[in-house]
Amino acid sequence: MTFREIQKHIESKIKGIISVEDGKDVIFVPPLNWNEIAQLLKNDVDLDFDYLMCISSYDKRDNKIYGAAYNFYSTLKGHYLEVRIEVDDELSIPSIVSLWKAADWHEREAYDMMGLQFDGHPDLKRILLSEDWDGYPLRKNYKEPDYYHGMPVPKDKSYWE
Amino acid sequence: MEKQLLDKSVIESGEMVLNMGPQHPSTHGVLRLKIHTDGEIVSKIEPIIGYLHRCFEKHCESLPYEQIVPFTDRCDYLASMHMDHAFSITVEKLMDIELPARVEYIRVIVAELQRIASHLIAVGTFGLDVGAITPFTWTLRDRERILDLFETLCGARLLYNYIWPGGLSHDLPPLFIEHTKEFINYFEPKISELNQVLTTNKIFIERSADVGVLPGDVAINYGVTGPSLRGSGINFDLRKNEPYSIYEKFDFEIPVGKGDMGTVGDCWDRYNVRVLEMQESINILRQACSQIPDGDVHEALPKKIRPKIGEVYGRYESARGDVGFYIISNGKNIPLRVKMRSPAFCNLSVLNEISEGWMISDIIANLGSLDIVLGEIDR
Repeated sequence: MTFREIQKHIESKIKGIISVEDGKDVIFVPPLNWNEIAQLLKNDVDLDFDYLMCISSYDKRDNKIYGAAYNFYSTLKGHYLEVRIEVDDELSIPSIVSLWKAADWHEREAYDMMGLQFDGHPDLKRILLSEDWDGYPLRKNYKEPDYYHGMPVPKDKSYWE
Repeated sequence: MEKQLLDKSVIESGEMVLNMGPQHPSTHGVLRLKIHTDGEIVSKIEPIIGYLHRCFEKHCESLPYEQIVPFTDRCDYLASMHMDHAFSITVEKLMDIELPARVEYIRVIVAELQRIASHLIAVGTFGLDVGAITPFTWTLRDRERILDLFETLCGARLLYNYIWPGGLSHDLPPLFIEHTKEFINYFEPKISELNQVLTTNKIFIERSADVGVLPGDVAINYGVTGPSLRGSGINFDLRKNEPYSIYEKFDFEIPVGKGDMGTVGDCWDRYNVRVLEMQESINILRQACSQIPDGDVHEALPKKIRPKIGEVYGRYESARGDVGFYIISNGKNIPLRVKMRSPAFCNLSVLNEISEGWMISDIIANLGSLDIVLGEIDR
């Protein structure tokens, strides 16, 4: 199915929730309805998105809105979909680990790097950084710390530049 | 009175937690496995990663696109050409660059040579993990020839920075095609040699067949891709399913696991798919070497890489699986966000699923058959 067909199919099943932007083949979903849409994507026979490729977190650069882009693919039907969910800093996104196990580590990474909170994740903790790390490095307002456990962080770049 | 040597009331038979790594030869890099065991039987594995985290994605937000290519090299250091190629086709998708035919052919030739080199390491170290020392030295010997070829190509043996968005850094050196053909003729008989000494070896089969069975639907649910997925009998390869570059021009097969020695999706199947893929890479190389046209490889290189505002998700079939780059551009020469979907990251996440109930020695076989590269997992 093409993007337009997929969009129409979802709208015919669940009305008035998803939105699109002009010129982008992306579906925007409000976080409250994400569980419902995700179940449709996974279980609907015509959509059949069995393979979650990637969850990419991103920062809208206004210190307030953070987002996650989900890239889905159907190995049997061969079609592709990108879903985006944007939330305020304090709010959380429903976890989809129960539907796609691949989401487990990807959601942990999004939490680790961008500070996105996932509701219902079985074990949401840092994955690439150590557990005592402060802050979320991929946020645009992240400042690298001066000290880590009392050790000064080298900032004199003349050593390597 | 009978003397009691052992006070049986203090013997505990609870769970024991065992740390394997981060400095352990069988974890293929700095990976720590927290293994919960009951005696020798494994009940749960927690892979602990991040020891090789070098902030690749954070670096990308302060570097021009051209300068990101050497960083992608250092992600998957056993298949650097694939990382360069994956990043380049993603940027080209965002900029709508049409490439000259010669560039595409050269890219396919180096990518398939790289696939053979990477699979040689994979099958060699897998043999090493389960106790076969000799095949490892043989595969390293053959891989060395490919590295020599790459050295004549761009001067580097491991981290090439050869494939750039819009083209290549150099054209082929003189006689490269002839040397590639020579290598193919040398290497093809070596595959049957490897099959005789390792693939059909009784001890090797005993160690790997029926071990760590990964069913196809579980593999897709975990996002496992590449030879590890095809070992489970799923015929899915981006070179066929979503052809990029010029792969639709070539005639080749996608080998899948059939359970010849045990169950479909066991360690032996995952190993054997890699061996068969080397043969298919040779078939592609033969066709590409005979068809390669002349032309200027720098024709489509953009003077400045400034993609339009927008997002793109590019996919590529590397030696380990489905590499994805998600790039958000704000119209400047520096990307706003680069996210890399690492295939080995997803492949490693299935380790707990396939290792439950097996012995610790089988964990080594499972891990070796997944063929992980920690540089790519930790980025």
